[in-house]
Amino acid sequence: MATSMMTSGFPNTEMFSDEFSRPDWLKSEVETGTTIMAVQFDGGVVIGADSRTTTGAYIANRVTDKLTKVTDRIYCCRSGSAADTQAIADIVNYHLNFFEMDTGEEPKVKIAANIFRDLCYNYRDSLMAGIIVAGWDKTEGGQVFTVPLGGMLTRMPFATGGSGSTYIYGYVDSNFKEGMKKEECLKFVANGLSLAMSRDGSSGGVVRLACITKDGVERFVLTGKRNTAIL
Amino acid sequence: MKTFLSPLPASLKGTLSFLSYDLSASQFSPDGRVFQVEYALKAVENSGTAVGIRGKDGVVFGVEKLVTSKLYEAGANKRIFNVDRHIGLATAGLMADSRALVEIAREEASNFRYNYGSPIPLKQLTDRVSGYVHAHTLYSSVRPFGVSMILGSYSQELGPQMYMVDPSGVSWGYYGCATGKAKQAAKTEIEKLKGAISFLLTQKLTVHVEFAQTGPYSKDKERRSFAVRIMAADITCFGRRNTAKPSDLRNIVRIYIVHDEVKDKHFELELSWVGDVTGGKHELVPNNVFTEAEKFAKEALEESDDSDEEDL
Repeated sequence: MATSMMTSGFPNTEMFSDEFSRPDWLKSEVETGTTIMAVQFDGGVVIGADSRTTTGAYIANRVTDKLTKVTDRIYCCRSGSAADTQAIADIVNYHLNFFEMDTGEEPKVKIAANIFRDLCYNYRDSLMAGIIVAGWDKTEGGQVFTVPLGGMLTRMPFATGGSGSTYIYGYVDSNFKEGMKKEECLKFVANGLSLAMSRDGSSGGVVRLACITKDGVERFVLTGKRNTAIL
Repeated sequence: MKTFLSPLPASLKGTLSFLSYDLSASQFSPDGRVFQVEYALKAVENSGTAVGIRGKDGVVFGVEKLVTSKLYEAGANKRIFNVDRHIGLATAGLMADSRALVEIAREEASNFRYNYGSPIPLKQLTDRVSGYVHAHTLYSSVRPFGVSMILGSYSQELGPQMYMVDPSGVSWGYYGCATGKAKQAAKTEIEKLKGAISFLLTQKLTVHVEFAQTGPYSKDKERRSFAVRIMAADITCFGRRNTAKPSDLRNIVRIYIVHDEVKDKHFELELSWVGDVTGGKHELVPNNVFTEAEKFAKEALEESDDSDEEDL
């Protein structure tokens, strides 16, 4: 095709090669360049995330919900490839529904975290996913598990993730206290996220928060022009 | 146990003299029974008795393992198994079938651990194993398992649990159960315990063995049957299992394994438990507790023998 056009006097098609005719974000993967956080407290967990989804420099979605439900009382915070993490969350959701039908019991957070780990580890070469699993169950109460890039699984009192998390290590390490109340946890997460969003170019938008307890899930959205010390 | 279809159609006369319904597990008899399964139950009834008791803080298994020759080495062919750290299993029936089923159970427990990173709840394990047993009552190419088994477990979270699976593939949860040769006598003994069920549910678990004259044959000197009485003594008295002092034994709950001394001369007793005292791990009752319990049991048996003769 190109050859025939050139012989009939059309300009050189090299000029219209991909490199010049399309912006680079069309080729890049949709990512949740992200800040996510989760903290356990006595009786539940608080989870939070920014809301920015990018394809390269382009903001594909500024009000994304990265706090994704897997069961009524287990959520995950997604970071990495949007497609990968959505697919993983769907698969885990399927497994946990099956588990509940099979056993007649609500799956524990540990079990959910293990399924996330199983998928993330086995497909570690093809996935881009860093996930925090958090929720409440009747045996262990509020719990936070983190499954970073290679598919390791660790339980932690609190966890951060995504590109923005690197900016707030100092904040979380000096401000996290064992045994915080729910309100303190919400404040801790909101502040952490705001600080990360103000520094990290690929985190931003609104702050989404959720609190999971035995009574279910409460959700919050924090908008506002100033992105620090919101609560 | 042959059942005949009658009347036979005239066309079949001479070619088939009868039809029987007990050759395959995949066929019902006209009155709605599956004979192969009933034969499997018979295989279980030929085996030494196994009992299980569920208490407040654990489960105890006792097995009367019949030893048919003095040439066998002691302690061989155990009928109490570990399925997982927290699950014990006692069987009655064909040994080889038992082992095959235990292997299935272990695989299920292991798969659950692999998939979900936590120990399998006994209910789930029982459902899977009993489903497997039941599948063997459906096809003409297989024979049912000649085994019934008692499974027990303990965890902080779910407490004590106990189930029994039989050759038909049904399973029930129990507070106390027995299977094998003397299951009827053993069950009667369990039921005789005053308020056994509510008692077991409130008392700490205990293990104790006692040989006692008992059961339906006790007045019949020719066919005198003897019982191994597993007496439960307060486990909390034992403290840690390795430092347990047998003198701490208290008689609280009694379960009898009826042993027919005339028919089956020799047997070995197997005892295991899983509960708070073992830290949620299923294991054989430690030697010092076992021997002291057995000694106590034999003394108690003699005592009850004497008192019986006075009665007569």
